[in-house]
Amino acid sequence: MKQFISFVNKEFRHIFRDKRTMLLLLGMPVVQMILFGFAITTEVRNINICTPQTWNYDPQIRIMEGFAANPYFNITGTIGNSQEIDEVFREGKADLVIVLDAQRTNPAIQLIADATDPNTAITEVAYATRIIHEAQQVAVTAIPQGQIIPNVRMLYNPQMKSAYNFVPGVMGLILMLICAMMTSISIVREKEMGTMELLLVSPVKPFSIILSKAVPYFVISTANMLIIILLAVYLLHVPLVGSMIWLSIISWIYILVCLSLGLLISTVAQTQVAAMLISGVMLMMPALLLSGMIYPVENMPAILEGVSCIIPARWYIAAVKKLMIQGLEITYVAKEVAILLLMASFLLTVSLKKFSLRLQ
Amino acid sequence: MDYAIIVEELTKRFGRFTAVDSISFEVKKGEIFGFLGANGAGKTTAMRMLCGLSIPTSGKGSVAGFDIMNQTEYIKRNIGYMSQRFSLYEDLTVWENLRFFAAIYGIKDKEIERRGVRVLQELNFYEERNTLVKDLPLGWKQKLAFSTAIFHRPGIVFLDEPTGGVDPLTRRQFWELIYQTADSGITIFVTTHYMDEAEYCNRVSIMVNGRIEALGSPANLKQQYHAESMDNVFQQLARV
Repeated sequence: MKQFISFVNKEFRHIFRDKRTMLLLLGMPVVQMILFGFAITTEVRNINICTPQTWNYDPQIRIMEGFAANPYFNITGTIGNSQEIDEVFREGKADLVIVLDAQRTNPAIQLIADATDPNTAITEVAYATRIIHEAQQVAVTAIPQGQIIPNVRMLYNPQMKSAYNFVPGVMGLILMLICAMMTSISIVREKEMGTMELLLVSPVKPFSIILSKAVPYFVISTANMLIIILLAVYLLHVPLVGSMIWLSIISWIYILVCLSLGLLISTVAQTQVAAMLISGVMLMMPALLLSGMIYPVENMPAILEGVSCIIPARWYIAAVKKLMIQGLEITYVAKEVAILLLMASFLLTVSLKKFSLRLQ
Repeated sequence: MDYAIIVEELTKRFGRFTAVDSISFEVKKGEIFGFLGANGAGKTTAMRMLCGLSIPTSGKGSVAGFDIMNQTEYIKRNIGYMSQRFSLYEDLTVWENLRFFAAIYGIKDKEIERRGVRVLQELNFYEERNTLVKDLPLGWKQKLAFSTAIFHRPGIVFLDEPTGGVDPLTRRQFWELIYQTADSGITIFVTTHYMDEAEYCNRVSIMVNGRIEALGSPANLKQQYHAESMDNVFQQLARV
C-alpha cells in the first residue's frame, strides 16, 4: 500500500511540476465552455433582414412591427424593386428578405432566404414564420371554425439554447481528452525515458503501475467534471435537473472507458508524439464529429451511424443529456449505462492483457 | 563456492529466430562479471531473462538463489538494475527519485531517510538533494542512477552499458564506484561497449550470434587468443 501511495504521489508531482500541462488540464474545460457558450453557437442571432419600403394594411403592419421588435432580427435596409433583392444578397446586407403583396384582398408574404448555409436558412425562416403567425393570431380575434392552430411547446429547453446541447458534449470531449490522451502520454513517457524498464525490474506489479497512473487523472477528471457543471449552471444557466449522484456515477464509468482506451494506446505507441496523434485522430475527431455533439446522429448516413455506436462519447453524451437536462430517472439511461459498462470491461480486459503481454 | 548467477543451456527464441542459443555460465558472489558482445548478439535478451523480464524458452537458471522460470518476483526484489539510457525522473529532485525507488522496494521511511542522507553525503550530493535531476550534469546523473540501483542493497546489480556517452574521467570515477560496491559484497553484472572497461572486470564472457564464444578472466582470454588487448580478442571473435 505504501508503495502504491508513493507511486501516486510521484504521478501527481509529475503533473504539478509541468505547469503548462497543468494549465492545459484545468484551463481547457473553462476555455471550451466559454467558446461554445458564447462564440460557437448553433443558435441563429443577428439575422439581417431587408423589408419593403411601405406597408399599409393591418396584418402587414403588425407583422413588420413584430420583426422590428424582435431582438433576433436587425432591419438593415429596404427594398424598392425586385432587382434590389439580388443586390442586397450579393452585398451581404441581408440574410432574409421580406416581400409583401400590395393587394389588400390577398395579403401574401414572400420570404427569400440566403440558403448558402441551409441549416441557418431553415432556422431563419422558421423564426420569421413564427413572427408572422403570431401577428396573424392577434389580428384574427375570432378563430374561424375548423381551423387548427398548433400550440407548440419546446420541452426541456424552452428558449432553444444551444448550451443545453453542448454542455454534455464538452463533458464527453474533455473527459476523453484528459483520461485517454494524458494517461497514454504519461505511460509512453516512461517508456521513452527508459524509466519503465526500472519499474518493470522492480517488485512493483504492472497492474499497480497502471493503477497509480490512472488515479491522478481520475481525480483531475472529476475536478473537471465539477468545473464544467458549475460553469454550465452558473455562467450559462443550464439547469441541472437530474440527480448529481447518477451523473457522477455514469461519468466515472465513462472515465473508466477513457482510461482503458488510454492504456490501450500506450501499449501501441512508442513515443509521446505518437500517443498524442493516435488519441487525437482516433479518439478526439470521432468523439467530436460522430458523437452527436455537433451533428445529430440520426441525420448521418447508415454507415456513419453504425460507426458512431462504437464511440463511447456518443452514449455518454446521450446519457448526460437525459440525466442532466431532461431530469430523467436512471432507468431511462439503462441502455447507455449498460453499453458503457460493456465497453469499459472489454477495453480494460484487452488493454491489461496487451500490457502484460508486452512485458514478455 | 557460492554463485550469484547460475545459467545452464539458457535459450530464447522469438518465432524462428534464436536470440539466445543455449548459453551456460556462472557468476561468483562479489564478482565483477563483464558481459560483452556486439549489438544484436543477444546480450540484452539474456539480461532481460536474468532480470525476470522475459521467460526463457528453455534451459535452467537461478539468480540470487531463485529460479528464473517461476520465481521472478523474488528475483526482482533481490536485484538492482541500471539501464543503458540514463533513467531517473528528470522532473523530480534527487531526493524524490531516491525516495521513490526506495519506496517501491518496500523500504521503510525512517530507513530511507537514514540511508539516503549517508548515500548522498558519500557522493557529495547532499547539497544538491533538492535539485531537479534534469539540472545535473550527466556524470552526476549516472552516479545517482547507480546509487539508486543499489539503494535497496540487492545481491546482484545489473548494469546495461552504464557508461555510454560519458567522458573518460567520469567513466574512471564510475568504475571506482563499481569497485567499492563489489568490495561490499554486491555482485556486478555489467555489459559494455568499451573494451578498456572489459579489462576492469574479474571475468568476461563474449557473446557472438546468441552463443557465448569465450569466457574467462581478461588475462586468460588474451593469452588464449594471443592478443595484446581485450579489444583484439573481441575483434578476432566478432569477425568470425
